[in-house]
Amino acid sequence: MAEITLKAIRHSYQANPIAPSDFAIRSVDITWRDGGAYALLGPSGCGKTTLLNIISGLLRPTEGAVLFNGVDVTAQDPVARDIAQIFQFPVIYDTMSVYRNLAFPLVNRGVSGEEVDRRVKEVAGMLDLSEMLNQRAVGLTADNKQKISLGRGLVRSDVNVIMFDEPLTVIDPHLKWKLRSELKRLHQRVGFTMIYVTHDQTEALTFADEVVVMHEGDVVQVGTPRDLFDRPEHTFVGHFIGSPGMNLMPCQIVDGKPIVGHSEIPVDRFFADHDKGNGLEFGIRPECIHLDPAGFPVSVMRIDDVGRYRIIRAEFEGQPLQILVKEEELIPSENLRIRFDRSSIQIYKDGWIVDRGVAK
Amino acid sequence: MIDRVSNQKAWLMVLPVILLVAFNAIIPLMTVVNYSVQETFGNNVFFWEGMKWFEEVLRSERFHASLGRQILFSFTILIIEVPLGILVALNMPRRGIGVSICLVLMALPLLIPWNVVGAMWNIFALPDIGLLGRAINGMGIEYNFTQNPVSAWLTVVAMDVWHWTSLVALLSYAGLCAIPDPYYQAAKIDGAGRWQIFRHIELPKLKRVLTIAILLRFMDSFMIYTEPFVLTGGGPGNTTTFLSIDLVKIALGQFDLGPAAAMSLIYFLIVLLLCWVFYTLMMRSESNTS
Repeated sequence: MAEITLKAIRHSYQANPIAPSDFAIRSVDITWRDGGAYALLGPSGCGKTTLLNIISGLLRPTEGAVLFNGVDVTAQDPVARDIAQIFQFPVIYDTMSVYRNLAFPLVNRGVSGEEVDRRVKEVAGMLDLSEMLNQRAVGLTADNKQKISLGRGLVRSDVNVIMFDEPLTVIDPHLKWKLRSELKRLHQRVGFTMIYVTHDQTEALTFADEVVVMHEGDVVQVGTPRDLFDRPEHTFVGHFIGSPGMNLMPCQIVDGKPIVGHSEIPVDRFFADHDKGNGLEFGIRPECIHLDPAGFPVSVMRIDDVGRYRIIRAEFEGQPLQILVKEEELIPSENLRIRFDRSSIQIYKDGWIVDRGVAK
Repeated sequence: MIDRVSNQKAWLMVLPVILLVAFNAIIPLMTVVNYSVQETFGNNVFFWEGMKWFEEVLRSERFHASLGRQILFSFTILIIEVPLGILVALNMPRRGIGVSICLVLMALPLLIPWNVVGAMWNIFALPDIGLLGRAINGMGIEYNFTQNPVSAWLTVVAMDVWHWTSLVALLSYAGLCAIPDPYYQAAKIDGAGRWQIFRHIELPKLKRVLTIAILLRFMDSFMIYTEPFVLTGGGPGNTTTFLSIDLVKIALGQFDLGPAAAMSLIYFLIVLLLCWVFYTLMMRSESNTS
């Protein structure tokens, strides 16, 4: 097990990268705590898998260093790094039984026969594979195959980190829940560092203690699911996390207060002036807007029923605004007025939160 | 519930195919069946002979000999072409300009007509003027495919390997390219060596294309005619007379239509049977190896 540090990692798939857009990973500095459960979240093509392959050693970064427990392993291959990786679709060895599949990584490392047997049986027990040990792996269902892939990582007691690259992509929806909670349970039991790559926020938020959000080759925020929701540090996190995402409207700051259109919005803190409003955005989550007869007027465009909630698609100062209200709440048929929860308002400058790193 | 209305009009859609198959397969085959059970004279005079020709062919030593040569030939070329094809495919580049160059080079032999291949090798291997023939003789090894049976066999086998290994290589290459990267990455992480990657990932994933490659090569080589005909004409003596060459000698050389027809049918059934055996064996090994 190890603490993993990525130092100024940049990676490009091109031979002579110059422009920032040539880089799949633009600049990443991050430390993964030993024994943590992390999710690496972001849309397709944001560099998640690239970053994962850099940690595992399948890719060598163009620039920067990878440290395991402070030791530079940038030049080492995956075997030397002692990592395990589980891929999008199950990788099993067709020719082998479940038992031999699980034993394969140990046998390749010259572990003695008794030890192999003991560990394979232990892991099979953990993953509910004991009954199938003598079957051929090729005939099993996708979720059992994926468990075998996972098992090949778990049998090695010395792995530094187990990495999952969207491991539930090919699993049936009703089994996804089951496998995901089993993963969570396994993490608590074995205590390996786990990094889970996904573009599905539900998966990320349920699995991880800490979520790393990536956007266009950069890590935009590292935080607990709560942090990501309450205080997105980048507008991307705001609209990527949450359903629907954060409302963002161009604004100005005058005397420390945000002004959207002609409305001055009451807030609980002072915002410094930022170049008189170029690239400034006002952000508020749909959950943090409340109906209030004394508030700002909005015009309602449409109301969508999404089960226990309703989403009001409205316009405020000419800007689209989404408001989430509970099912039982009464929505006035006309002259809808709203108020923004003061403490939940965030101001962004060129995409980044203005009081970044200040009070939480 | 809605009652199902039976509509037989769909048969009309199948009719063109039935007609096509009838004209290009069933009717010609039936004329062969017709010859095989009768003695044929000029002016379309026929005498019923029943199973006589079949018994004659099956007992004939000449047939046994050419069947034996045929089987030996097919197995020899399979044993060489399949591993060689896989080896070539494993070493072909996966990206870059090399891919197109390799594919074109590999496809070239497949595009050359059979009789041209035979003629090329004939001249190439001639002991007095051919590049290959002279070179081998120049090294002090006695080589003459027109007189020496071993030389003739080696030349026929070399020619077939040259002509058809590309097919196995191209099919294997396609199969290899279809293996997703994570298999290799997982193997790397599991600490597998090159041989284990081949044995446990590449070979199992190639099984289907190899089944096709082996079946194609087996059928083709079992029916080989043009190349050895042009190269050696079945000689020296009868040493490279394979089934097709023998069949043509009987049918067109001696004009024994009855025995030739019987032999054709037996030949056809042997190919069919061997292909079925191959296919079943390979498919079975796919479903229950441990």
